[in-house]
Amino acid sequence: MTNIVKYIFRFILFVLVQEFILDKVPPVNQYVVPYLYFLFILWLPFSINRFALMLIGFITGISIDYFSGTPGLHAAPCVLIAYLRPFILNLLIPQETTEQSYVEPSIQSMGPGAYSFYIILFTFLHHAYLIFIEWLQFGNLRYFFTKVGVTTLLSIVLISATEIMFYRKAKYRTNTA
Amino acid sequence: MKNIFIFIRIYFNFISFVALQICCILILNKYSKTHEVYFAGITNEMVGKVNKKYDNVYSYLNLQQINNQLAQENARLRDSLKSSSIIVSSKVDSTSTFKPDSASLPIRKYSYLYARVVGNYVSSPINMLTLERGRLQGVEKDMAVVGPQGIVGEVVEVSDNYCRVKSLLHRKSSVSAMLKRDKNAGNIEWDGVNPSYVLMKNIPKSAKIFKGDTVVTSTYSNYPPNVMVGTIEAIRKDNSSNFFTLKLKTATNFFNLQYVYVVKNYRYNEQHMLEESKLKLND
Repeated sequence: MTNIVKYIFRFILFVLVQEFILDKVPPVNQYVVPYLYFLFILWLPFSINRFALMLIGFITGISIDYFSGTPGLHAAPCVLIAYLRPFILNLLIPQETTEQSYVEPSIQSMGPGAYSFYIILFTFLHHAYLIFIEWLQFGNLRYFFTKVGVTTLLSIVLISATEIMFYRKAKYRTNTA
Repeated sequence: MKNIFIFIRIYFNFISFVALQICCILILNKYSKTHEVYFAGITNEMVGKVNKKYDNVYSYLNLQQINNQLAQENARLRDSLKSSSIIVSSKVDSTSTFKPDSASLPIRKYSYLYARVVGNYVSSPINMLTLERGRLQGVEKDMAVVGPQGIVGEVVEVSDNYCRVKSLLHRKSSVSAMLKRDKNAGNIEWDGVNPSYVLMKNIPKSAKIFKGDTVVTSTYSNYPPNVMVGTIEAIRKDNSSNFFTLKLKTATNFFNLQYVYVVKNYRYNEQHMLEESKLKLND
């Protein structure tokens, strides 16, 4: 029960931070838009149902959309990363133990190499798809590639900062739970 | 039949993924195509309220600038008051018997409603504003919005107490404007590059244009005529056409917009109906 409260709290925090801090940053350049909210999806527990995961992704995206007035634009990439997440996690987490002993993806539970690959891959996927949809409506090819590159880089820096600032204690899953 | 169920069960995740994706794209398409009232009243009100809370805090940080803007606007309005100008010409005949009667009194066409900006975006290619004025305060769809310094945008959706405005900085915004110097009319668009600059298209090459010239709204537009749009920053010649493309610096500073005016055009419905009916005749 406390876990659900924790995730709801985290959800609200991510949406508010994205909307009222990161989206309000005066734009330095058309290519620079800091995104962080999708980290919420990447931090959800391993054991979550795949359909529920997609639904949570959809809700996360659509709540960002309602604030920024672009319904569907952020929801689509969120659903995409929520759909692909279990496939990649199955490849990345160590398979020696039959059962997962940690609750959610983190540096401790996956190891630094696998975890950074996981973060970089999904940051790239999210941004590429988001900017692709945006680009379909307008823009040229150079705009697309530069914007994907720059925003991905910026997001990775932001995520690293978040990881350092808000250290998550990795929890073991116990039989009693 | 049984096979279908098995198929659905096996591919349930993929099917729901595709369904959600289609759902997203449909919402996006519907919204960007029509600019219809997509936001149901409830979400608009809710988001508006949260935005207002944030804005209450944020507006304190900008008070100095806002005061300056308002003071400047007051000064400009005082300037344009009839009482602040005097007639210098010696030809004025004080014995003239002409007195304006009620038939020649000016008829009011526009009225202004001030509104506070509670949500404002400049960083995306499709920027919207949220204002704390709605249907109950007399805001309707398609009303023009002007700021203290110049034009801002157009109302696209209205709920009871809030409205959403398609900013001038929107990829699909299009405003008819003219050069103040010789009344040549063109079209204002935004290329999505820099929130401080917009493009003005379809100015014939015969027009005399100088850097720093003022561009104002034309009489064809939804806006009241002669409202400041911006000043010419650069002139681009396109050899393949007979038109100039002008780069304008917007008069409105979209970064610190706090108060704007929603403009009611009393003749809008009449003009709109007439123009629509002409289309029907053409069919």
